[in-house]
Amino acid sequence: MGRKITPAKVCTYGALTVWALTTLYPFVWVILNSFREKGLIRKDSFSIPLPGNGFTMDNYIKAMERFDFGNAYLNSLIVSVSVTIVVVILAGLAAYGLVRYRFKLRGVCYSLIMAGMMFPVFSTIIPVFRMEAAWHIASSGNRWLSLLAVILPQIAGNLCFATIVLMGFIESVPIELEESAYVDGCHVFQVYFHIIMPAAKSSFATVAIFSFLWSYNDLFTQNFFLRVPREKTITLLLNEISSQAGVDYGLMAASVVLIVIPVLAVYVMLQKHIIKGLTAGAIKG
Amino acid sequence: MNSSSTLYKKKGPLVVFLVPAFLFLILYLYYPFLQNIINSFSDISGLGSPAQGLNDPWWTNYAQLFTDPKLRTALGNTVILTICTVVFQVGIALILALLVDSIRVGAQLFRTLYFFPIVISATALGLMFNLIFLYPSGMLNQLLIGLGIISESVDWKGSDHFLATMLTPVMWQYVGFYFVILVTGLNNIPSDLYEAAALDGCVGLDKVRYITLPLLRNVLCTCLVLAITGALKVFDLPWVMFGAGMPQNQGWLTGTYMYDQTFNRGNVDYGSAIAMLIVVLGVVLSNVANRVFKPRNDL
Repeated sequence: MGRKITPAKVCTYGALTVWALTTLYPFVWVILNSFREKGLIRKDSFSIPLPGNGFTMDNYIKAMERFDFGNAYLNSLIVSVSVTIVVVILAGLAAYGLVRYRFKLRGVCYSLIMAGMMFPVFSTIIPVFRMEAAWHIASSGNRWLSLLAVILPQIAGNLCFATIVLMGFIESVPIELEESAYVDGCHVFQVYFHIIMPAAKSSFATVAIFSFLWSYNDLFTQNFFLRVPREKTITLLLNEISSQAGVDYGLMAASVVLIVIPVLAVYVMLQKHIIKGLTAGAIKG
Repeated sequence: MNSSSTLYKKKGPLVVFLVPAFLFLILYLYYPFLQNIINSFSDISGLGSPAQGLNDPWWTNYAQLFTDPKLRTALGNTVILTICTVVFQVGIALILALLVDSIRVGAQLFRTLYFFPIVISATALGLMFNLIFLYPSGMLNQLLIGLGIISESVDWKGSDHFLATMLTPVMWQYVGFYFVILVTGLNNIPSDLYEAAALDGCVGLDKVRYITLPLLRNVLCTCLVLAITGALKVFDLPWVMFGAGMPQNQGWLTGTYMYDQTFNRGNVDYGSAIAMLIVVLGVVLSNVANRVFKPRNDL
């Protein structure tokens, strides 16, 4: 297929661009308005704020002065990185066991995993809270224990999804590879680490990224366990800002930007790895 | 799948593979969930307070499920959300995935852009959409008046438009999620299959219909199950945008209603019963999806 411009190609790119605009423009709009002077956002929100014509940094200065963003980022990172690591390890092992082994309880285990995805977090959180309070993890007043109290239920909440996705991909790894490795004297754990994990690398990356994001963005569980200001994560901080900002829309826009920009930077860096993982999966090549 | 593989005859290592994950699930999902079932039959008046024994009669909360008009509203809205999610979210994601798979230049850029909203917390998105749908002079009203499409500001969160205003951001955010799963699935289809098909004269839409979609069936099925269970659990965005059932108790979803009953009204036991309803709905609907779409020989 040459480089010719065909009507089909124009339509393809047209459709793709339209959707891309819907994901991109709202954020551009928020960024523009975070630099706009108070009150102008409600009259003229589409122009580009220029110095002398509605441009101001006040919204950011106010946000930084009033809220402790650094500490909130640290808390969020501790929670989400821990959750991601544990989920990837446990879900990978479980998915492999469930896909490759044939055993009596396999159907039951699979159903349990599927059922685990149905449980809305509100249906488990009250008993979990009581259990962790009895263990003196939750509401102990210790910052690290409180973060642990969030990490544990978040791991459980992400495990089922991760296992199901990984099962789907491990199923498509050709079993012959594993058998020939076994014939060559590999132990089953070596097979897992040297054949399965590299072969399903892209899906492991996908699962890790989703676990991280869900943990990072989760409002409900964090809100439940983290009550003290120095324990607050970034989502909680934003929630707090939204209830305090009132009609100060500029402050709101600036806070949204402050929280989105670092995530965006990490995302753009990671994206290379996602794409590499997605396109250069060992199964294909 | 070859079940007679010699490698997997010895079951010993299975303990190492399964026990850690299932220990976690038992302790943090199944046990609390069973506890939740007991709670739904008990009389609990506050988050911190212990159960005061069973309800009298014990099915009180479940009887209430059938007579509660707000719950009926919540169920109706949730069903609409679920249908829209399956049709539009997975549908748009599939179309975008097929389109992106067919181009070379810029494919990576589109992937980056589509996935982008998922990275952002629903709290931040909720605030952003509040600014966009603001009445009377948010972004949408300014835009539509500027273009001359409407002459007066529309109250997007009022009772005439609230459903679309609530559903659109939820669906919009997660299109990229299913898109990524589907693109990964498309990449796992060996390219020599396409080459062989092209030799047989199978190109364009035929290629999609006879090769891509059948091979994508498993992945699509995963997407459907995720979309259905996800729709039943939606909470953050509607909660940030609409709070407790605005406008005028028309805007409930099962998730937000359950939260409100449990945490704001102290009806912990009734909230537990609603959670049960959500679980039952999820199991039934995703089983239906599995029946319809999954190839027979699988689990």
